[in-house]
Amino acid sequence: MAKKASAPSRKTSKAAKAKKKTARRKPRRPSATKATPPPAPSAEFVWRRKDLLGLDELTAQEIVHILDTAESFREVSTRSIKKVPALRGKVVALMFFEDSTRTRMSFELAASRLSADTVLFTAKGSSVTKGETTVDTARNIAAMGVDIMVVRHSQSGAPHLLARSLPSISVINAGDGSHAHPTQALLDIFTIRQRLGRIEGLKVAIVGDIAHSRVARSNILGLRKLGAEVIVVGPPTLVPRAITAMGCQISHDLDDVLPEVDVINMLRIQFERFEASQFPSLREYHIQYGLTGERLKSCNPNVLVMHPGPINRGVEITSEVADGPNSCILQQVTNGLAVRMALLYLVSQGSE
Amino acid sequence: MTDILIKSGRVIDPANGIDKVADVAIKNGKIEAIGGRKSKAKRTIDAEGKIVCPGLIDLHVHCREPGHEEEETIATAAAAAVAGGFTTICAMPNTHPPADDDTAIHYVIQRSVEAGLAHVLPIGCITKGSEGKEMAEMGLMLQAGAAAFSDDGDGIPSSAMMYRALQYAGMLDVPLMQHCQDPDLMTGHMNSGAVAVQLGLGGIAASGEQTMLRRDLELVARTGCRYHMLHVSTAGSVEQIRRAKAEGLPVTAEATPHHLLLTEAACMTYDPNYKMNPPLRSATDVEAVRAGVADGTIDCLASDHAPHAAEEKELEFALAPFGIISLECALPLYAKALVETGLMDWPGLIARMTVGPAGVLDRPLATLAVGADADVTIIDLNKTWTVDVHHFASKSRNCPYDGWLLTGQAVATLVAGRVVFEL
Repeated sequence: MAKKASAPSRKTSKAAKAKKKTARRKPRRPSATKATPPPAPSAEFVWRRKDLLGLDELTAQEIVHILDTAESFREVSTRSIKKVPALRGKVVALMFFEDSTRTRMSFELAASRLSADTVLFTAKGSSVTKGETTVDTARNIAAMGVDIMVVRHSQSGAPHLLARSLPSISVINAGDGSHAHPTQALLDIFTIRQRLGRIEGLKVAIVGDIAHSRVARSNILGLRKLGAEVIVVGPPTLVPRAITAMGCQISHDLDDVLPEVDVINMLRIQFERFEASQFPSLREYHIQYGLTGERLKSCNPNVLVMHPGPINRGVEITSEVADGPNSCILQQVTNGLAVRMALLYLVSQGSE
Repeated sequence: MTDILIKSGRVIDPANGIDKVADVAIKNGKIEAIGGRKSKAKRTIDAEGKIVCPGLIDLHVHCREPGHEEEETIATAAAAAVAGGFTTICAMPNTHPPADDDTAIHYVIQRSVEAGLAHVLPIGCITKGSEGKEMAEMGLMLQAGAAAFSDDGDGIPSSAMMYRALQYAGMLDVPLMQHCQDPDLMTGHMNSGAVAVQLGLGGIAASGEQTMLRRDLELVARTGCRYHMLHVSTAGSVEQIRRAKAEGLPVTAEATPHHLLLTEAACMTYDPNYKMNPPLRSATDVEAVRAGVADGTIDCLASDHAPHAAEEKELEFALAPFGIISLECALPLYAKALVETGLMDWPGLIARMTVGPAGVLDRPLATLAVGADADVTIIDLNKTWTVDVHHFASKSRNCPYDGWLLTGQAVATLVAGRVVFEL
C-alpha cells in the first residue's frame, strides 16, 4: 500500500506544475468557426484538480468554473461536425463496474467529441466475475496507457480507492454506491441555472429515497455551496436524520413543501438497493410522495421538475408531469454531455 | 546466585500496592526478592528511570492460526506481544476452523509453548462454530486449558442461547465474553451518523451494541454468571456497565486503543484501516470510554489486535474486513489517551493492563510477589518513537498508527524469568 506521507507532496508539485503550464497559455474564447477547445471563462481562475471524486472537495468558484466551461462546450454539440481536438491522443477508460445507460453513453460521447480514444470496461463478462479486485482490474487497464478513468461502481468510495492506487491517472466519479454522483449534480445545477438564471436564493426540494441516493447527496453539496436552500422530502425510513449535517432541511410532507419551492428533483425508488419494509407499499408511497398533475397545481407555475432517470412512471412521478411543460428531464440529459466534456477537459489540464 | 537483577527501576506492582524504586531479583523463573539488597547476579539490567511492572496482559488478540497463517501465527502474535510489553495474551477463537473443542484448545497451547515467547491463553467458542445455535463443549475446553469463552466477531443473537450459555458457564465459574452487537441493527460498515450518511455507507448503530448489552445484563442478573463486555465503544454502554457494577452484577469490561483515540471522522477517506467492529464512534463516545477507564467502570485495556493481509485491506471500504493491529504500539497509545490527557497516572494505567485483565480471568497473573512467575515488563515512559509498521514482528501491516509519534515504550520483556524481548 502506498505510504500516505508521500502522496500529498507529489500532488502539490504536480499541481504547481499544472498551474505554471496553464498560466502561460492565453485564454481564448470559443468561436463557431474555430475548432479549438474552450478556455477558462473566468479569466483569473486556474483549474488544478486531476480528479473529480465528489463536490465536497470543490469550492463554489470551482463549481461555477465547471458550469461556465460546460456552457462554452454546449455549443460544440450544435455544430454539424460535433468534434474538437481538445483531448486528441488521450485515452479515456470508461470503467463501469455497475450498470448504466445515460451516464455511460454521455461520457462516451463527451470523450469522443473531445477526440479522445475511449475504451469501455463493464464488469459483466470481465475478470471481475473471476474474482479480480477493483484495484487489480484498474491497474491492468491503466498499464495499457490510460489518461482518465471514469468510474461507476456499486461501492461507495471505489473511485477514491482507485485515485489512491493510481496516482498518475485522473479519476472521475461517475457514481459510487450511495455516496456521490458529482457529474449528475453538476448537470442538474447547470440545467437549473440555464432555466431559472441563478442558483443562489432558490429553494430546491429533493424527493424520495434520500438514504440510498448519491444524486441527492451530490446535489445537496453543490446547491448549498452555490447558495440554494435544499429540503429533502420522504418518509423517515428513506431520509436519515443525520443528512441535515450536509446543510439541508428535512420534511416528511410533500404537500407542505411544494408551494414554496422553485425546483422539484424527484428521485427514483431504487428497487435494486432495497431492504425490506422501508415503506408499506408502492401504492402508499405514490399517494404520499408521488408527483402528480394534481399536486403540481399547488406549485409555483414556473416550478422546474427534474428527475435523474431512469423514471418509474406512475411511482414517483406520473407521465403527465414527466412529459409536461415544467419538466426538464430530457434537457438534463442533453446538458449532461456538455458538463462531462467540460470535466474531461478540465481534469486533463489538471493532470498535466 | 540470582539469575537476573533488574536494578534501580521504579517498581509498580498494583497487586501488592507497591510503587517505589527498588531492585527486582529473579531466580529459576520466579521472583526471588524485591528490595535494595545487593545480591550478585548472572545478569544485571539497569532500569534506572524506568518502570518495572508485572508483565502486561492483553485479553483480546486474534492470532489467526489455524486458518490464516499468512496474516498471523500464534508465534508471530506472541512475538508482537512481547515487543509491545505483553507477557500474556488471550487468543480469540474465530479461527478457521473456530476453536470450539478441546483439541483446538490443546493446539493453541501447544503452539504457544513451541513459540516460547508470551503466554498465549486460548479462549474457546461459546457456541459450536460460533454460529450461535448450539453450545460448544465448554467444560472439556476448560479442562484443556481455555481461559474464557467468546463468539467474538459476533454477538449471540438468540436470547435463549445466551441464557443457557450463561447458566452453564456459571456452573464452570468462567467468564463469557460478549461482542455486543444486535445483527438486526447492523446494516453497514461504520458508525451510524452524519459521516456514514455523507459517505453513503450503511451504519452500525450504537443502539445495536447497547440493545444486546441491555439484554445480557438482564440475563446476568438472572444467572449470576461472570460476564465480560468486549471492546466497549459507546457512551451508552459505559453508562450501562457503570450501573450494572453499582448493582453488584459480576460484570467486567475492556476498551481498545482505537475507541480511546479515533473517531468516525477518520473514515472520511474510505481507508479500510479505519474499519473495525465495533466501529469508530463519535468524540462524545471517545470521551465517555476514556472516563470509564479512568473511573474503573472499564476494568482493562485490550487491543483487539486483528491482522489482515494487505490485499484484504486494498478493497472498497464495505468489502474490506473489519479490524486493525496495534499490539506493538498499544502501550503508548493508551498512555496518549489516558496519561497524557491527565485522566490517569502511570500506576493507574498499569493496573488496567495487569491486575485489571487478570481479575477478569480470575488467574494469579500480574504480580511481582515473591515466588510468582517472573513475568516482567520494563517501560521507558519518556522514550519517544515513531511507529513503523514495516518493523513490526506481526505478519500484518493493517495499522492506522503508522507514522505516529508516540511516547513510552516497553524496552524489555521477561516471561518466566527469561528475557524474550529487549530493545
